Amino acid sequence: MTYIGQSVKRVEDKRFTTGKGKYTDDIKLVGMTHAHIVRSPYAHAKILSIDIDTALAHPGVVAIFTGKDIAAAGINGVPAGWQVNFKDGTTMKEPPHPLLVADRVKHVGDGIAVVIAEDDATARDAADLIEIEYEVLPAVTNPAEAIKPGAPQVHDSAPNNMCFDWELGNPKAEVDAAIAASHHVTRLDFINQRMAPNAIEPRSAIGHYDDSKDKYTLYTTSQNPHLTRLLMCAFVLGIPEHKVQVVAPDVGGGFGSKIFHYIEEALVIWASKQIGRPIKWTSDRSEAFLTDAHGRDHVTTAEMGFDKDGKITALRVNTVANLGAYISTFAPAVPTYLHGTLLQGLYTTPKIHVDVIAAFTHTNAVDAYRGAGRPEATYLLERLVDTAALEMGMDPAELRFKNFIPAFDGVTQPGYQTQVALQYDSGNYEPVLERGLEMVGYEQFRKDQAEARKNGKLLGIGFSTYIEACGIAPSAVVGALGARAGLYESAQVRVQPTGKVSVFTGSHSHGQGHETTFAQVVADRLGIAMEDIDIVHGDSDSVAFGMGTYGSRSLAVGGSAIVKSIDKVLEKGAKIAAHKLEAAEEDLEYAGGKWTVKGTDKSIGFGDIALTAYVPHDYPAGLEPGLDFSSFYDPTNFTYPFGCHIAIVEVDQDTGKVTLKRFIAVDDVGNVINPMIVDGQIHGGLAQGIGQALLEGVIYDENGQLVNGSYMDYAMPRADDLPSFEIDRKVTPCPHNPLGVKGAGEAGCIGSTPAVVNAVMDALAPFGVIKNLEMPLTPQRVWRAMHQ
Amino acid sequence: MIPANFEYHRAGSVDEALSLLATHDGNAKVLSGGHSLIPALKLRLNQPAALVDIARIAALRYIRQDGNHIAIGAASTHKDIATSALLAQHLSMMPQAAGMIGDPQVRNVGTIGGSIAHADPAADWPGVLLAADAEIVLQSASGKRSLAAQDFFLGFFTTALAEGELVTEIRIPIPAAGTKSTYQKFSQPASRFAIVGCAAVVQVSNGTCSHVRVAFNGVSDSCFRDGNVEKALEGKAATAENIAAAAAQAAQGVSILSDHYAAEDYRTHLAQVFAKRALSAVAG
Ligand SMILES: Cc1cc2nc3c(=O)[nH]c(=O)nc-3n(C[C@H](O)[C@H](O)[C@H](O)COP(=O)(O)OP(=O)(O)OC[C@H]3O[C@@H](n4cnc5c(N)ncnc54)[C@H](O)[C@@H]3O)c2cc1C
Repeated sequence: MTYIGQSVKRVEDKRFTTGKGKYTDDIKLVGMTHAHIVRSPYAHAKILSIDIDTALAHPGVVAIFTGKDIAAAGINGVPAGWQVNFKDGTTMKEPPHPLLVADRVKHVGDGIAVVIAEDDATARDAADLIEIEYEVLPAVTNPAEAIKPGAPQVHDSAPNNMCFDWELGNPKAEVDAAIAASHHVTRLDFINQRMAPNAIEPRSAIGHYDDSKDKYTLYTTSQNPHLTRLLMCAFVLGIPEHKVQVVAPDVGGGFGSKIFHYIEEALVIWASKQIGRPIKWTSDRSEAFLTDAHGRDHVTTAEMGFDKDGKITALRVNTVANLGAYISTFAPAVPTYLHGTLLQGLYTTPKIHVDVIAAFTHTNAVDAYRGAGRPEATYLLERLVDTAALEMGMDPAELRFKNFIPAFDGVTQPGYQTQVALQYDSGNYEPVLERGLEMVGYEQFRKDQAEARKNGKLLGIGFSTYIEACGIAPSAVVGALGARAGLYESAQVRVQPTGKVSVFTGSHSHGQGHETTFAQVVADRLGIAMEDIDIVHGDSDSVAFGMGTYGSRSLAVGGSAIVKSIDKVLEKGAKIAAHKLEAAEEDLEYAGGKWTVKGTDKSIGFGDIALTAYVPHDYPAGLEPGLDFSSFYDPTNFTYPFGCHIAIVEVDQDTGKVTLKRFIAVDDVGNVINPMIVDGQIHGGLAQGIGQALLEGVIYDENGQLVNGSYMDYAMPRADDLPSFEIDRKVTPCPHNPLGVKGAGEAGCIGSTPAVVNAVMDALAPFGVIKNLEMPLTPQRVWRAMHQ
Repeated sequence: MIPANFEYHRAGSVDEALSLLATHDGNAKVLSGGHSLIPALKLRLNQPAALVDIARIAALRYIRQDGNHIAIGAASTHKDIATSALLAQHLSMMPQAAGMIGDPQVRNVGTIGGSIAHADPAADWPGVLLAADAEIVLQSASGKRSLAAQDFFLGFFTTALAEGELVTEIRIPIPAAGTKSTYQKFSQPASRFAIVGCAAVVQVSNGTCSHVRVAFNGVSDSCFRDGNVEKALEGKAATAENIAAAAAQAAQGVSILSDHYAAEDYRTHLAQVFAKRALSAVAG
């Protein structure tokens, strides 16, 4: 029986579709109290006084803590998980991010006090009784403004609001010279706007300190419970890690925003010990908009040089990245090692240089959001290529074919060394574009487009041929680049005496379907039924260790760790089988769930061997009982999925409204275990990428107020905003992991955004080459572009 | 998102609702579909002492012909209106507009009475009711009165409703045979409220337009009938040129809303575009 390659229905969906999923907020502990956090209504203000007396006297209030209490307890702020140094080698500025602020608030939503009460409504009521006097100070929200002299300062310890500056690529002078010598240079100045991640389940955390065991338990909406435990114990609270259990039960989406260790997690753990009772905090949607780490927010200038034949000669990029008020866990890596390193794209560009400044502003923190850095890189590259094609009067598909890196399999041919530090593992880029052109019916489309233009209809086509780096990541490599954690994964495969299998993975599923995909891998490798396998994740007491799920790493890294443990199981099983079958191990083969002596009908099943391992009466001498193996897998390289996305849009000339008519995606994510789940990941990613192009975007006003912090104002993509996606794939296996898989979680989001924007620009081509249109491409913006 | 404490009363009849409102002396709010009120309570923008729930008063939920009027009970949901054959027959813009409100959940619960009492400038009913020459029936402990829609909508979230008064019915004159109506809407993509909503009613006989009604939602701080457009088409031949010329008059002389999604000039332009689309649909 083979499961790999089958669209097996997701086993987790029974509980999700019948309302039986168990999320953090569903958990009720005996004696549990409820927390409400009082947050700053100002982007930048001095706290002059806080009066909690009335609130504390409110019936049902258990305790109130403020920033002063946190400071008095000597609690550190939440740390950054990645360090990037300034170009001159000095370390980045790392101002503290306190659990609660005592003196000066730095963004709307900054935590000031926590009210703990018998129930959530009482906590909320009492919060209104706290009186806080502020002295409001000027704020800065745009990163490019923040680094100018005279801008309001976020942290005294970070002059000019600079966290770090950074560069990568060929020497700047060489790139400058290559740009200067180019036949044509396309330049774009744009903002890659700020995005709110909008997981359907708001964040929640329950802290429980049990003094009878001196044990802490944290239930939290996390994509990586072990890392949260490590950061919280070792860096924030200074509590013993072995006394802390972190559980991330069912989690309703993350898109990056639940990777990070948040102040609320440490706060409920610390406060639980103070009051001797469990405490639950659950974010509401308004708080989620204000405090779930946002994504993107780059102010960028990008220039691409071409020779007269359309070959790319050089790429020069300048980005100012907004970090927000504090450094969130992985924030420094996003505009640097996840962005600058992707600027080779699929092209043979010989000279590349990127300059990045990371700036503090009086806004919510910005960190990894689906794609994290790679969408930013892809956006600028793909916009440049399509814009250059319009400017040079070349065909955008043709321009890409001219510049593609030739195919290489990474096995018989070496990987492709880029100008920006990475070595691509395997790639074959032309076929995805060829297939995309075929699916869209390119020649016919251009005829239809010309005809439509004659009738005053604005049709456009946009391309994006992207690459991304995922399956993160080799620990030594990321360590050298500033990561303060390894990026391996762990897996334990525990064969039970009856031959049933429990797999403990450090990956964490919050929508990705691990319980299905991982079980398919295990079932095939062991030749047993999927129903005999249970995938356990998200609990630090049962899973040895884990680095969690993000960066499309679960299958490539977590799945590979599982394979390693399975190999160990089979290796030991073979020893037992050889003993039972009275044969030499070399003479055995394992298939279909049993060991067979080659060339005979003598065999023994997996279940029998499992039972023997736990009832070792007739057993190989010197072999330990049991059949239970743990492994850690540290990848040797990133994986590099790639693909071609094509959008067709129509623009309403009267209103500027863009209608997405068709969307074609041909992705190559390496081997595919469950096509349905991969399709689902691609579909969701496309919706998010298209959402960025056309609908979404966090807006702060000049005072640092979040203007569109609700679903009345922040436009999420909905089913009726999207066409039925036309998707296909190619398969170029990953040469360096045992499953040959690359990762599919972010591809849709990385590739799609520029395709849509390029399509709109193509539709608007009768109005000249338009270059200054910012996302989201709202009707008003498009209308203005046509009528300027 | 937890509202402040309030008492909850479910009224079984209009009289009971009115007496509950009177007892609370201005400190109670009427709860109908709750689709505007509950969000306001959750955000604590509104903290009434009590809610009087009228949504289940059967006597407030009907759509029926009453002589030469169609009478709509205030607690009729948007869905009731969207699926009303009577309205589809006589004034198709009503079901059409209802079907454009929010999403199915909103339409299943939100009510026309709640919408007009709330008087959100971006809501769909106010302009439609202006164009329909609707009358709004109000009732309080001290009696009943009826106002023309024109006199009911007073401004930004402001109506002629007095304290303790309930919207009980919306009465719409059945238009003369041959009258066509339409509602054309440009939605805000997040809320799906109207950036511009244009309701148009025109009777075309022998190629000439009469009974021209054009009203807007979303454009100004209150719904309004656009007299300039109406005058420009009244008595004129129903031609594309006349429609275009009339539509070009739209949204003149009123204050225009402006926000990050649609600034004043763009919104004015949209009003003209949608006036043209609406008039083309009924007189083109
Ligand atoms: C997601 C979403 C999308 C929406 N989209 C749209 C849209 O596209 N277009 C649109 O027009 N609307 C939209 N709405 C609003 C919706 O139509 C509401 O139903 C309507 O605005 C209010 O009606 P309600 O019955 O829910 O009133 P409630 O919320 O119960 O009440 C609203 C106000 O009216 C008062 N009130 C209610 N009934 C009466 C009465 N009979 N007499 C006196 N006072 C009364 C209440 O006290 C309150 O002040 C949307 C709402 C949501 C939540």
